[in-house]
Amino acid sequence: MTTYEILQHYWWFLISLLGGLLTFLLFVQGGQSMLFSLSRTEDEKRLLVNVLGRKWEFTYTTLVVFGGAFFASFPLFYSTSFGGAYWVWIIILFAFTIQAFSYEFQSKPGNVYGKTTYRTLLFINGLLGTFLIGVAVATFFTGSDFTVGKGNITNLASPVISRWGSEWHGLEALLCPRNIFLGLTVFFLARTQAILFFINRIKHEVLEKRSHKFLLYNSIPFVIFFLAFVISIFLSEGFAVDADGIVYMEKYKYFTNLVEMPVIGVLFVLGVLAVLFGIIASIVDYNFRKGIWFSGVGTVVTVTMLLLITGYNNTAFYPSTADLQSSLTIYNASSSEFTLKAMSWASILVPIVVTYIFIAWRALEKKKTDIEDINSDHHAY
Amino acid sequence: MELLDISLVNWSRGQFALTAMYHWLFVPLTLGVGVIMAIMETIYYKTGKEEWKKITKFWMTLFGVNFACGVATGIILEFQFGTNWSNYSWFVGDIFGAPLAIEGMLAFFLEATFISIMFFGWNKVSKGFHLTSTWLLVLGATFSALWILVANAWMQYPVGMEFNPDTARNEMIDFWAILSSPVAMNKFLHTVFSGWIMGALFVVGVSAWFVLKKRDMNFALKSLKIGAIFGVVATILIIATGDGSAYHVAQKQPMKLAAMEGLYEGKEGANIVAMGLLNPDKEYDNEEETFLVKMDVPVPKLLSLLGYRKADAFVPGIKDIIDGYTLSDGTVVPSFEDKQASGRVAIQAFNDYRVAKAAGNDSLAAVHRITLNENYANFGYGYLEHPSELIPNVALVFYSFHFMVALGILFLVLFAALWFFQWKGKLDKVPWLLWIAIFTIPLGYLAGELGWVVSEVGRQPWVIQDIMPTKIAVSSVSVQSVKITFFLFLTLFSALLVAEIKVMIKQIKKGVE
Repeated sequence: MTTYEILQHYWWFLISLLGGLLTFLLFVQGGQSMLFSLSRTEDEKRLLVNVLGRKWEFTYTTLVVFGGAFFASFPLFYSTSFGGAYWVWIIILFAFTIQAFSYEFQSKPGNVYGKTTYRTLLFINGLLGTFLIGVAVATFFTGSDFTVGKGNITNLASPVISRWGSEWHGLEALLCPRNIFLGLTVFFLARTQAILFFINRIKHEVLEKRSHKFLLYNSIPFVIFFLAFVISIFLSEGFAVDADGIVYMEKYKYFTNLVEMPVIGVLFVLGVLAVLFGIIASIVDYNFRKGIWFSGVGTVVTVTMLLLITGYNNTAFYPSTADLQSSLTIYNASSSEFTLKAMSWASILVPIVVTYIFIAWRALEKKKTDIEDINSDHHAY
Repeated sequence: MELLDISLVNWSRGQFALTAMYHWLFVPLTLGVGVIMAIMETIYYKTGKEEWKKITKFWMTLFGVNFACGVATGIILEFQFGTNWSNYSWFVGDIFGAPLAIEGMLAFFLEATFISIMFFGWNKVSKGFHLTSTWLLVLGATFSALWILVANAWMQYPVGMEFNPDTARNEMIDFWAILSSPVAMNKFLHTVFSGWIMGALFVVGVSAWFVLKKRDMNFALKSLKIGAIFGVVATILIIATGDGSAYHVAQKQPMKLAAMEGLYEGKEGANIVAMGLLNPDKEYDNEEETFLVKMDVPVPKLLSLLGYRKADAFVPGIKDIIDGYTLSDGTVVPSFEDKQASGRVAIQAFNDYRVAKAAGNDSLAAVHRITLNENYANFGYGYLEHPSELIPNVALVFYSFHFMVALGILFLVLFAALWFFQWKGKLDKVPWLLWIAIFTIPLGYLAGELGWVVSEVGRQPWVIQDIMPTKIAVSSVSVQSVKITFFLFLTLFSALLVAEIKVMIKQIKKGVE
């Protein structure tokens, strides 16, 4: 491997890791999607909003960093996918934009639209944000309708590099069942993790009891859709790349990738087991509170490994169904060696970032939160 | 989109401008009030006086309301580079993406982490930890501004890169040249100081209201004092960096400077227009007078002096830039036609290079590459059809610039006057001044927006100066889609702004708790 290839692999790993972290942190969205079902009284709603409200910035920032890092390390993906699957991304962005002010405004006097409006916006964010991110990421396995012609820039009348085939600009992905499977997987996973988070964080008898019920209702569809997605992609053809950079269809490509990269394969299995352990242990043992940590770490690992198998081992991570040779690989879509190297130096500071996030998180989370804590907090939502 | 659709370009520009302008309603307050409340909390930390904690908390609450709106509009901006400017994202993403990624990794997490401590940590962490968190939040917000402004400055003055015909994009070759570009550093400081001014205007304006109402006087007078002093310092700093901005614009973007001054015919020893009314019939190729009414600043040759640091330096006008001119130091700047021809040679050579490469003819490809490199500085001109495309909206840039400068002078006088009367203990004797302070708050927002209009409208027709015209940077989306999303965001942001203003007013009326 050349230095450039190592850097391309390193940045695909970082993107995959950010994707894993983002999927874990989507528990905030999952919790928001249950504001009108899990919590019924005003105190219950307030408690959920406030425990989630201390975490929403992390999810939001991770999404922004995920976008920025993708732009910087694989700009051809950024230009092709965001400019092409326009409507999917715009709806996702819209869903997150409405989240950003809804926490801060909902309990402030003079907020014009009323508390319920802001909570409805949080619900919409929870619903669309999780589902559509799942659908968008599923196209990494199932492909999208685009072509790329870098030389088009010399066409004075129509200098467009990336063109999208479908006039639905990304919404056509909703017609593919496998994309829907992943969308629903992410949605139910986010809800499942949110419940585990509530079990861990909230001190409220009724909510704790109801959370355990909800855990069962949400984890079962999560497991079903996850299995449906994983089995379908493992049994289907994948987008492989040969030594000359020619993209072709290969049977069981994604499953083969797991086998041919045993470390990734083993971690994938361990990740899945950790998620299942977190869920099952919390269902079986009412007093088990650490499910979120097993499930969270498991989610990060599983999603990271899933994303790695779309880019590593000669695989096209953003395949084109319109023109196989337009498919994006970590080689043809990446930034230059110099840029990847410069950003890699900056990424050395990431452990410092992780450390201070950990310290800050710990400082605020020394004990479980109850309604008294919220009522006595000057800045509570 | 089969052919270049100007309507699409304009709607995409409109959508970006809409988002950026809404975003800039919130960011300056974050930058300015952030520093002021951190100063106040530092005083609380030092003195241990509970009143300073209350004062700090009052401004923090307003900061929080505003911060959320900045976050909401910011995410749209970042992703719009991809959704609406996909050609741009590939053509210069190798350079432009890096500052954005670093901004996210190093600045946004700083903000996201420590804002939680700042709001929810009063009773959970020590006073020192809390104060550190507040300052780290301010640092994060300022760092965030640094990286995005480095990226923006690079669009105005592209450095540290070279074009790679194999990948059909510009690639970074010198990170430090991009980061330490004089345009970037000046732009960063100028923009941050404008945020400080906005924060100071907000603090003195709100405090003035309390003084007029004779409510929470101790809080109001203390806040007003800090706001006024901070405002004087920020305004002096912005004048210094404004001079730097004008100098760099003169050197790197002479068309923008010509538009800022409504200068069609270049001259040696040029004056600065103090105020003027542009003649709407004036075009670069007719003989109409430029101004219907005009008054120069009574310091002769000031434009030459500020732009080129020489009183008799030649300042090119719009017509000179189109026809070609010679600078005082003998540098010959070619005409638009020459640059356009050179740009087309570059584009053709790039195409020929790719054809030769695909055919495996490396020696011929090498010849075309040399031609491409020789003409690459004018690459973007090859996409322009007519000299008039080279001229930004002169009226918009001219009036924006002059209003911005006039407002800057007003702010300095206001801050100084407030400081003086506060120092004399006679603020209650000058209610008119307090009312002016209140009504100057919206003018602060206006000044900030006008600054961005000068910077970004003045940059047109370029998205990357001389290299990439805005019209070829756009994504291949239908104009209908962009129109829908434009109105979607317009509705959302407007609804958000209405709510923000109402929440702010309610919070202010509640006073110090």
